[in-house]
Amino acid sequence: MADRITLKVTRYDPGRDHEPGFQTYEVPLRKDWVVLDALNYVKDKVDGSLSFRWSCRMGICGSCGMMVNGEPKLTCATFVSEYMPGPVSVEPLKHFPILRDLIVDISDFLEKLTKVKPWLIREEERRVVDGEYLQTPEQADTFRQFSMCINCLLCYAACPVYGLDPLFTGPAAIALAQRYNTDSRDQGTNERLDILSQHDGIWGCTFVGDCTRVCPKHVDPAGAIQQYKLTAAKEWIKSLLMPWGGR
Amino acid sequence: MLDVSSHDVLLVGGGGAGLRAAIAISEADAGLSVAIVSKVYPMRSHTVSAEGGAAGVIHPDDSLEEHIYDTISGGDWLCDQDAVETFVKEAPEELLRLEHWGCPWSRQEDGHIAVRPFGGMKKTRTWFAADKTGFHLLHTLFQTSLKFSAITRYDEYFVTRLLINDGCVQGVVAIELATGRIQAIIAKAVILCTGGCGRVFRFTTNASIKTGDGMALAYRAGAPLKDMEFVQYHPTGLPFTGILITEAARAEGGYLLNKEGYRYLQDYNLGTPQPKPVLRSMELGPRDRLSQAFVKEQEQGRTSEGLYGPVVYLDLRHLGEKVINARLPFVRELCLKYENIDPVKELIPVRPVVHYMMGGVHTDLNGATPLKGLYAAGEVACVSINGANRLGSNSLPELLVFGARAGRAAAAFAAGQQAPNRRQILAQALDEETRLHDQFLQKSGGRERISTLRDEMQTTMEKGAGIYRRGDLLTHTAGKLIELQERLGSVTLYDRSHVFNTELVSALELSFMLDVAECITHAALQRTESRGAHQRTDFPARNDERFLAHSLVYRQTDGRPRTEYLPVTITRWPPGERVYGR
Repeated sequence: MADRITLKVTRYDPGRDHEPGFQTYEVPLRKDWVVLDALNYVKDKVDGSLSFRWSCRMGICGSCGMMVNGEPKLTCATFVSEYMPGPVSVEPLKHFPILRDLIVDISDFLEKLTKVKPWLIREEERRVVDGEYLQTPEQADTFRQFSMCINCLLCYAACPVYGLDPLFTGPAAIALAQRYNTDSRDQGTNERLDILSQHDGIWGCTFVGDCTRVCPKHVDPAGAIQQYKLTAAKEWIKSLLMPWGGR
Repeated sequence: MLDVSSHDVLLVGGGGAGLRAAIAISEADAGLSVAIVSKVYPMRSHTVSAEGGAAGVIHPDDSLEEHIYDTISGGDWLCDQDAVETFVKEAPEELLRLEHWGCPWSRQEDGHIAVRPFGGMKKTRTWFAADKTGFHLLHTLFQTSLKFSAITRYDEYFVTRLLINDGCVQGVVAIELATGRIQAIIAKAVILCTGGCGRVFRFTTNASIKTGDGMALAYRAGAPLKDMEFVQYHPTGLPFTGILITEAARAEGGYLLNKEGYRYLQDYNLGTPQPKPVLRSMELGPRDRLSQAFVKEQEQGRTSEGLYGPVVYLDLRHLGEKVINARLPFVRELCLKYENIDPVKELIPVRPVVHYMMGGVHTDLNGATPLKGLYAAGEVACVSINGANRLGSNSLPELLVFGARAGRAAAAFAAGQQAPNRRQILAQALDEETRLHDQFLQKSGGRERISTLRDEMQTTMEKGAGIYRRGDLLTHTAGKLIELQERLGSVTLYDRSHVFNTELVSALELSFMLDVAECITHAALQRTESRGAHQRTDFPARNDERFLAHSLVYRQTDGRPRTEYLPVTITRWPPGERVYGR
C-alpha cells in the first residue's frame, strides 16, 4: 500500500474569492483513517485555515457530510483507503449554498423541518401521572426506521428534484413528517397533510430513490414520500366524494 | 459596530439540558423570550452520542430508596443526598414526559416501557431506545422545541464571555460563525448547558466540541467549579477514535479479557465469573473500578500492545449473531464501520477512555450558581448527584431533571428582574471585541501552533491527572499547564477570514480547556485521599475526616486556581464502604 495519497479539497473564502476552487494536499495514507481524519491532519499540521464541520466522529451527530469523489458521504465513515491510489476530491454538499470551504448553509432545511411539524400532535395531552401511551414493539417498528434520521442532509445533496427546485420540502423533512404520521401515539396526520400536499411538497418527487440509496442510517425517505402520496391522494378523493368534510 | 439583541432567559448550549430548560421556560411562562445560543446546531450536540440508557424507577419490585442508595454508594458518598433524592424522585416523570413527546423508548410486548440492567444499578431500571438512547432523546427534545415560538435560536454562535453588571450575569458576547460578527446578547438570566470537557484528555469518548466552554466561562466570571478532580473513565472505548462501546454490551453478557483470554476482573475483588451477567458484579462493576483494574493489568504486562498503546479485549462472540443484532446493533455497526472488526467473530480491542466529568459549575438544587442570574445544568454543572463517580444511565435523567429545574428557576428569576442597563453591558462587550481582535484576529509574529499546544496539554493531563495520580506528577502537570498558558499568547492564526473561522474557534476552545485543565489538576493535587474516580497512589485510602467535602476551585486575580472545601450534605445514609460483587 502506498504511504501517501492526494486530497483535492474545495477552498472558498467569500471575502477573497470570486468562486470556489481546489487546493491539493498530500496526506499520509493509513488503513484506519477516514476522510475526516485526513482533513484534520491538514488542519492541524499543514493549513490551519481549512474549514469544515465535524463533531462526534461516530456517524451520529450528522455534521460532517461532504461530497467525496462526487458522492454524498459522512466523512467520518468513509475510509480514505477506499479511494486508492487517489486523488480523492472532497467538496461541500451539493445543492446548498456554500459559506466557506467545505461548509454549506443548511438554514433552508431547518425552516422546512419546522414547517412539517415534527413533533407529537395530540387532540388531548395525557397527564404525566397517567403513565405512558401504550405502544407495542410492532407499532414502534412501523416508524422506527424514519426516526433514525440524523439530519446529515446527504439525501438533499443526492436529490435531483431539490437540485432543480429549492422549494421542494425534500427527503429528510418528509421522512420525519412520516415518522410522526406513522407513530401510533400521534394524531396530527391531517395537519401535516395540508402542508405536504401543496405543489412544492411531495408531488415534486419523481421517485428517483437516490435519497434512500445514500442514507447512512438506512432511512427510506423515498418510501416515505410514496406512502405520503398515497395518503394524500386518498384524502383528495375523499374530499371530492364528501366535500362537506369527511375527516 | 457591535450588534445587540436581548431576551429574558438565554441558554448557552442546545443539547439535552439546554433544550429541556428552554421547553420548561416556555411552559412555565409563555410570555418569556428564550434564546438558545449554541456553537453547533442543537441536534449536533454531544447528548446525541449517549448509547445505553436513562435510569428511572418504574418496576413495582424497585424503589426510589434503592436507586438513591445505588447512586450514593456508587458515588463513594460524595453525592449531596438531598440532591440525589430530588433527582431520583423526579427522574421517572421526566422520562415519561419524554415518552409523551414522542421518544421511541423500547417496549415490552404488552406495550409498556421496557427497562434493562445497567452497571452499578442493583435493580433493573434503565430505560432505553435500542442503543441510540441519547440520539432519540436529543432529537425528540429538539423537534418538540420547534413548536415553541418564544424560543429563538442562535445556531452556530460561539460564546466568548459572560457579561456581568453589578454582580449579576446579564448576557453573553458571542461570535456569529457564519459572518464573524461579534454580538452582545443581553438577558435577565443565563443558563449554561454546554456539557463536559473530555477533550482536555488524549483518549476520550467525547466529541470534538466538548471543550469545557461553559465551565471556563463561569470560572472566569467568578463562579467556583466543584469537584473537578473527579474525571470518569469509561472502561471500554475503542483506541484511536475513542468511540465508546456501551456498558450495555457487558449488561447483555460480554466478557472483559486480558491478553491471556482470562476474565481478569475476578482478581480485583469484583466477584466471581458467572456465565450470565450479575448486577454490580464482574463486568457490571462500577466504571472507575474497571478502569483501575486495566492499569493494574498493564503494570503486570497482561495487556496487549496495540497501535495506540495497551488494550484489553471485549468478547461478545458467545452471545451469537442473533442476540448481537437484536440487542446491540449499534455496537456491531460501530466496530465494523470504524475499526473494521466484527464482534460476532472477533475480539474487540478496548481501553479506558475519559468519558464524563462528575465536577462542574457549583449549583444548588435549582441549578443556581453563586453568581446572581447565572444557572447551569447537565454535565457542565455539579449539583452534585454524581459524587466521586457517576453511575451509568444517571446522566440522561440528570440533564432532564436539572435542565427543567434550572429552566423554571431562571424563568421565575427573570420575571422579577428589570431590563438590564444596556450602557454598562455594552461597554464590556466592546472590551471583549477589542480583546478578540488584539489577541487573535489581528495579532502576528507568534510561532506556536494550536494543535501542538493541544497535544501537549492532553499528554500532560493523561500523565499527571489520569486514572492514577501522584503528588509529584500532578505538580509537574500543573507547571506544564502554566507554561502552555503562556505559550498560548504566541499562537498565530493562519486564518484571517471572518467567515467560519474555525481556527479562531479552536484557539478559543484551547484557551477554555487550559483553564479547565488547571482546575482539574489543582483540585486533584489538593485532595490527598483516594475516593471514587480520584485515585492517589500516594494516598490510597479514603479520608472522610478531611475530605467528606466538595472542592470548590476559584480563579484568583493572577489567573491561578485556589481551592476551598464545602461539606457534603448527608441526610439519611451515613458513609459506608463501597462493596461490589457480593
